[in-house]
Amino acid sequence: MRLSYPANVKIVKVPCTGRVDLLLVLKAFEAGVDGVYLAGCLEGECHFLKGNLRAKKRVQYLKTLLDEVGIGGGRLEMYNMSSAQGLRFAEIAREMTEKVKGLGPSPVKRIRNVECGVRNRNSEIRNPKSAL
Amino acid sequence: MIVGNRKSLEEILRMVRSYRKILLLGCNECVTVCAAGGEREVGVLASELRLARMKDGQEMEVREHTLERQCDHEYVDQVKPFVEDYEAILSMACGAGVQYVAERYRAKPVLPAIDTSFLGVTLEQGVWSERCQGCGTCVLDQTGGICPIARCAKSLLNGPCGGSSNGKCEVDKETDCGWQLIIDRLKELGQLDRYEEIIPIKDWNTSRDGGPRKRIREDLKL
Repeated sequence: MRLSYPANVKIVKVPCTGRVDLLLVLKAFEAGVDGVYLAGCLEGECHFLKGNLRAKKRVQYLKTLLDEVGIGGGRLEMYNMSSAQGLRFAEIAREMTEKVKGLGPSPVKRIRNVECGVRNRNSEIRNPKSAL
Repeated sequence: MIVGNRKSLEEILRMVRSYRKILLLGCNECVTVCAAGGEREVGVLASELRLARMKDGQEMEVREHTLERQCDHEYVDQVKPFVEDYEAILSMACGAGVQYVAERYRAKPVLPAIDTSFLGVTLEQGVWSERCQGCGTCVLDQTGGICPIARCAKSLLNGPCGGSSNGKCEVDKETDCGWQLIIDRLKELGQLDRYEEIIPIKDWNTSRDGGPRKRIREDLKL
């Protein structure tokens, strides 16, 4: 399809969005990313039956945590699409990137150089806006 | 198990506002099972604290450590080698654990990250419910295995009261009437005659009314 999507979206592969734990997302924000989104399968079509529904609940909970922390729940979203929807994937990548750009840089970036308990803080994690 | 509920981040941040290095202590027992203060919750709270501080342009060192139990000195003593490196201890154990840690490290401020709620059971994943108030004199043999002290809002020993309606308590329409549950259970057991027996006035000395309690087993003491 040769579709392009914003280069600052970093993909972290997981076997199922049900694998996404609260800490995975929190650590990404600690590392200084500006936004995170989960790209799960369509609801009702999870290979593991309920993985994407569990992820949806976790995202809702995580949004409350991010609001409490002051980073803002709007920096985290969950989208559903099938693996056959390449166009939709690129469209969502653009949509989320625009949304996060609108929100501005993550407020934790100011002190990002301070060791914050994140292991292997390599350049990949440091710079781009990240996607899960 | 003892069921607790994590305090809001706002309240916790207020408690630790003057500290830059804290030891965050989880507990592997009851609060792990009720997802309030186990290793996982320690990780999430530590991350939240760091993020909240970083957002304000400050740093905070949070050491994450989860003990097998915080109510036994053998485990509490395990943090002795490094406790001095931290300005305060934030405990995610129940009230008993927080106090025991505070007793063992008298020079350190020990702060609670959990509101200890009740003695209860897991109804389903993510749902816990109160079952016991630790009154010190169990009457479950007389009440079909359902506790009138913990399950009745008024802790009536001879109920129900007039506030029972369609099996629900007047305090909260979602809450079952404890005495309705008792009657239903006695019926199931074919022991409804027990309901006819008047339970005499309870001696509350064995409960909190008698002051802080202590239990000693001389044969076990070293």
